[in-house]
Amino acid sequence: MNNILTITTHELRRLFKSPLAWVILAVVEFLLAIFFLILLNQFMNPGPWFAGRGATEIVIAGLLQISGIVILLVTPFITMRIFSEERRTGTIKLLLSSPVTITELVLGKYLGTLVFLVVLLALITLMPLSLLLGTPVDFLQVAAGLLGLFLLMASFAAIGLFISTLTSQASIAAITTFGVLFMLWIINLASTTGGEIFRAIFSYLSLLKHYNSLINGVFNSADVIYYLIICITFIVLSIWRLDGERRHQ
Amino acid sequence: MNSETLISINGVYRYYGNYCAVNNVSFTVERGEVLGFLGLNGAGKSTTMQIISGVLSASSGAVSIAGFDIMDAPRQAKSQLGFLPEQPPLYHDLTVDEYLDYAARLRGIRRTNIRTVIEKSKQRCGLETVGQRLINNLSKGYQQRVGIAQAILHAPAVIILDEPTNGLDPVQIKEIRELIKELGRDHSVILSTHILPEVQTICDRVLIIHEGQLVLDRQLENINEGKQNNIINIAFRQAPSLDTLNIIEGIKHIDQISDQQFRFELHPGSAAIDHIVRNSAASGWGLFEIIPETGSLEETFMRLTSGEKENL
Repeated sequence: MNNILTITTHELRRLFKSPLAWVILAVVEFLLAIFFLILLNQFMNPGPWFAGRGATEIVIAGLLQISGIVILLVTPFITMRIFSEERRTGTIKLLLSSPVTITELVLGKYLGTLVFLVVLLALITLMPLSLLLGTPVDFLQVAAGLLGLFLLMASFAAIGLFISTLTSQASIAAITTFGVLFMLWIINLASTTGGEIFRAIFSYLSLLKHYNSLINGVFNSADVIYYLIICITFIVLSIWRLDGERRHQ
Repeated sequence: MNSETLISINGVYRYYGNYCAVNNVSFTVERGEVLGFLGLNGAGKSTTMQIISGVLSASSGAVSIAGFDIMDAPRQAKSQLGFLPEQPPLYHDLTVDEYLDYAARLRGIRRTNIRTVIEKSKQRCGLETVGQRLINNLSKGYQQRVGIAQAILHAPAVIILDEPTNGLDPVQIKEIRELIKELGRDHSVILSTHILPEVQTICDRVLIIHEGQLVLDRQLENINEGKQNNIINIAFRQAPSLDTLNIIEGIKHIDQISDQQFRFELHPGSAAIDHIVRNSAASGWGLFEIIPETGSLEETFMRLTSGEKENL
């Protein structure tokens, strides 16, 4: 456990030492603030489509929906260096020759990324909370939505982590991660065609679909389990990959 | 000096696909021994060192560090191990102190000891004045020293240094050699290098690896001793058959190196060379080269890495 925390702390320290982390926090916050204002404006001047819907549903759920997409775009930049850079600079040899297991290594790095994403999540959360100044908010729906966003981030990070173990080029890790995440995001579009079974499989696989039900306040344990499975699968794959590389590189 | 075996490598093979980079390598290193690891580029030095450090795993065979198997008990084995890879594993965006702090934590040094350990290691490697500087801004020589500092931080029983004096200036090389000698007193040190005199000044023992195989494993003091003039390389244009040569008296053993080259091992004090020269002149063998082997490390190295094998 100590080893995991050592690696987590190191990961965070290096993330925040680079301007990348700060720029990501700033850009995400800036983009989402614009969307927040647009959504707020729509809520204040509701058209026929918004009639009868509350602030939580329009502003917060809308904001979380956009947040999901923005985070899909930036996660690859956070996860791309995790292992690829260690490999390119050879620092992975320091880790592998230290009394640290590969599992500890992967978990430590994953946790570090997750803590960063939680900071990002906290910043995003401040915006809906500011609504409390003027209107009541459905806390349970917000909580379900935030849980959804957290799980979404955790899945993105796990997938990005795995892909960064595959290459020593950070940019390749980033673009591949982006491709995979985007595909998993829109895969439910494929469910509009094809047979019954395909439809079921594709829409089940879609990251978006499970997220949508959470931000609309539907807490279904199947959705939570879906994200947990994704996280665990890609963490285990990363461990296997690094262990296998030692053997067959 | 007690003779405790700290490194034991037993029948290690390592394949990259079909290519066999390390072929049945076995040796042991005792406490207090400095082992020089020689070989041409691509001979398998770095691979062997990475296998000993647990960075790569052997395709077969066993490695144990201070009695712990590197695969079965990696935690115990690796806590007894300090490794400097060919390229120092540095985080260029950290300061020297931050980096050493991380390395110390990874090695499981107690929080209360970390500061003392880092100070000691910095002092040994001459890094006292650069603690607050970014590793990225240090010169190559200083970066190399940070790499060494990282490897000796936790006073490991076994220290593995892959080309430790690479990129250093002559003064630094001298300092690092002193340091390695000092470390060799109570640790086991394996170091690889291309610089043969370096091995002669700091190592107790030398291993030569060629095409993945160990071709020499010898105490350094034995390399230069008394073989002078008893081993002679001779080349003929029209080489006679081995049998013809074998009848000449005073010859202990003959190895044929190539079509034209032979390596004669003579009985001490024999007049075999006279006989060979005379026979050559009489039978038109076309003798054109006689080189006595002085048995120096350089010569041994050249001979072994050109494909010939010595009995271990």
